[in-house]
Amino acid sequence: MDSYLLIPFLPLAAFFINIIFGRTLIKDKAHWVSILAVFGSWVVSMMAVAEVLQGKTVNADLYTWITSGGFKVSVGFLIDQLTSVMLVVVTTCSTLIHIYSAGYMHGDKGYYRFFSYLSLFTFSMLMLVTANNFLQLYFGWEAVGLCSYFLIGFWYEKKSASDAGKKAFIVNRFGDFGFGIGVIMIFLTFGTLHYIPIFGAVNGMVGQTVDFLGMQVDLPTLIALLLFCGAVGKSAQIPLHVWLPDAMEGPTPVSALIHAATMVTAGVFMVARCNPIFSLSPVAMDVVAIVGAVTALFAATIGLVQNDIKRIIAYSTVSQLGYMFLACGVGAYGAGIFHLYTHAFFKALLFLCAGSVMHAMAGELDLQKMGGLKKYMPWTYLTMFVASLSIAGVPGLAGFFSKDEILWLAYSGPSPVGKLVWAIGTIVAFLTAFYSFRLIFLTFHGKFRGSHEQEHHLHESPKVMTIPLMILCVGAIASGWVGIPSLLGGGAHFTEFMKPVLGHLEGHGTHAEEWMVMAISVVAGLSGIGLAAFVYLREGDLAATVTQKFRFVHQVLWNKYYVDELYDFIIVRPTIWIAKNVIVGVTDGKIIEGIVNGVPELIGRFSLWLRSIQTGMVHQYAAVMAIGAFVVIAMVLLW
Amino acid sequence: MIPLHWYLWLSAVVFMVGVAGFLMRRNIIIMFMSIELMLNAVNISLVSFSRYLDDMRGQILVFFIIAVAAAEAAIGLGIIIALFRNKVTAHVDEANEMKG
Repeated sequence: MDSYLLIPFLPLAAFFINIIFGRTLIKDKAHWVSILAVFGSWVVSMMAVAEVLQGKTVNADLYTWITSGGFKVSVGFLIDQLTSVMLVVVTTCSTLIHIYSAGYMHGDKGYYRFFSYLSLFTFSMLMLVTANNFLQLYFGWEAVGLCSYFLIGFWYEKKSASDAGKKAFIVNRFGDFGFGIGVIMIFLTFGTLHYIPIFGAVNGMVGQTVDFLGMQVDLPTLIALLLFCGAVGKSAQIPLHVWLPDAMEGPTPVSALIHAATMVTAGVFMVARCNPIFSLSPVAMDVVAIVGAVTALFAATIGLVQNDIKRIIAYSTVSQLGYMFLACGVGAYGAGIFHLYTHAFFKALLFLCAGSVMHAMAGELDLQKMGGLKKYMPWTYLTMFVASLSIAGVPGLAGFFSKDEILWLAYSGPSPVGKLVWAIGTIVAFLTAFYSFRLIFLTFHGKFRGSHEQEHHLHESPKVMTIPLMILCVGAIASGWVGIPSLLGGGAHFTEFMKPVLGHLEGHGTHAEEWMVMAISVVAGLSGIGLAAFVYLREGDLAATVTQKFRFVHQVLWNKYYVDELYDFIIVRPTIWIAKNVIVGVTDGKIIEGIVNGVPELIGRFSLWLRSIQTGMVHQYAAVMAIGAFVVIAMVLLW
Repeated sequence: MIPLHWYLWLSAVVFMVGVAGFLMRRNIIIMFMSIELMLNAVNISLVSFSRYLDDMRGQILVFFIIAVAAAEAAIGLGIIIALFRNKVTAHVDEANEMKG
């Protein structure tokens, strides 16, 4: 057990070493410290996973963190089936992306800083997934948010980057506010924050109501929805999705690790972890499913028309996260976590490939200026192609198995909104395939559309970058093979493995129906690819014609449904107006500055008056003294 | 024997002359002399109390006062000379640099 401590604390040690000695001693060797630490953490994680695979889970309190009256919280670790999957995802992606970053960030002046933050992030994420109580989860939750802020604004001289960092942080405040209240509600209800006693006692909550803003609300529904608030913020679901696309201002390895593979999936992890609470509330479950499905569709449609290579993948991430919530919402937590796990590989791979392309294009992000990169960067092309096939759900690859499982369980499960979200999910599968391959075709096929200078510069990335791509590519192909459904002759080992934590949702349907669902999703994926090929591989400007024809739709999608503008109008501007006119003008300007400046002003005036007593005239002093003496004597004599 | 209150009246009159001189005159030398007058008025009353009460402590105190007054006269005159060197006047109203 003690060796498990190394899992989070090796990266923490790397953080401290790099942040303290990075600037003066380690400098451009910073990657060695971080990579070795994260690799060590990966090795220990794999040992932990091997133990869990044999059925040995761990739940241990190590240290009493807070004791205050009836409030007791320990620092403790819970390593069970769900945690072990997250450990695989986090440490594997983290290790590969650390290695990749050594090539990608080479020569950056914040090199040591980058690796310190990356290691701090890995530590925080591991604390989040291994926590055995809500407070430690909350600690990890906020710490990953902080690292996300650091890394989005890594190039802080750039205004857009520092703005994006602030936006991510502030938008997450909205979600975390609800999450914090949810944790407090849990403590008030159960008197503890530790998972095991809480999940053992949840059934006592059934039928309880609580007074919330003057309404009687079902207690499990309230807690579940408050927790889901946090998940909506962290995992960029509607209506708090706006920060994730902007987060792409950060360096690409950060986008891959934090904003695709790990941190943003924390919301899904948390919902899955709290499944005993969510399962008590059909209302909350339906909300989760609908929000997930709507986000999936919404983000996918935006992804169709964007031209920024990283933003397309970012919207794709939002959309796939919606898929995971959709799965959780219909009760298929196992399938949701399965998709989280496969998604981590192919999405990290997509981002790293995009980074590789940017590396070759000297930071160019615009798809319209690329094209024909296939022959310059064969490895990047190959791996990105495989990742796109995987996300499009082509049979045999990782994305196919997880997506198919979600769709089948949505279709056949007991959820009242199941059929609806299944239909949306299938449409999204088609859209996903289309925009993923639009990206591939515009980037790697056809003629080069950039400047001559850029064309001259094109090259494949160094080995330190392409080797992680290849390893992730293996993951994007094979990670789904642990969950091949029994219909295709597999054992559905993944959901079976997760059963002790997440329960098991049986689909109720015939084999024929299961084949049909699978066939529809495969057809949707393949036709998406086909349509992309039809539009973007042929010579001619079919895309432009269609854009012209549906000008209005294109405008709406291009402007991301004007959500940013809406928030700007209803939140940002009023806030700034209040800040300027009320806070600066009244509270700060009149009240606070009034007191701060008024008191010395008053004392100053009083002293000015007092000064005039001291005239420098000896006679006046003498006269006052004499009068004083007479008064004293008079008092002595007359009293 | 001359009654005690005669001496006390004398002491009071001399003291009041000193007070009046100190308050009314502007010449610093005169003011200084007024201070000496006040001191000696006090000395007179101390000595007479001492004599009438048959207690030597009053006279001992007077010796102390005379010694202190001598020292004070030396320092005071020094200050007056320094003032006169700087201001070329003995008029106290012209020396009001110490006002607030």
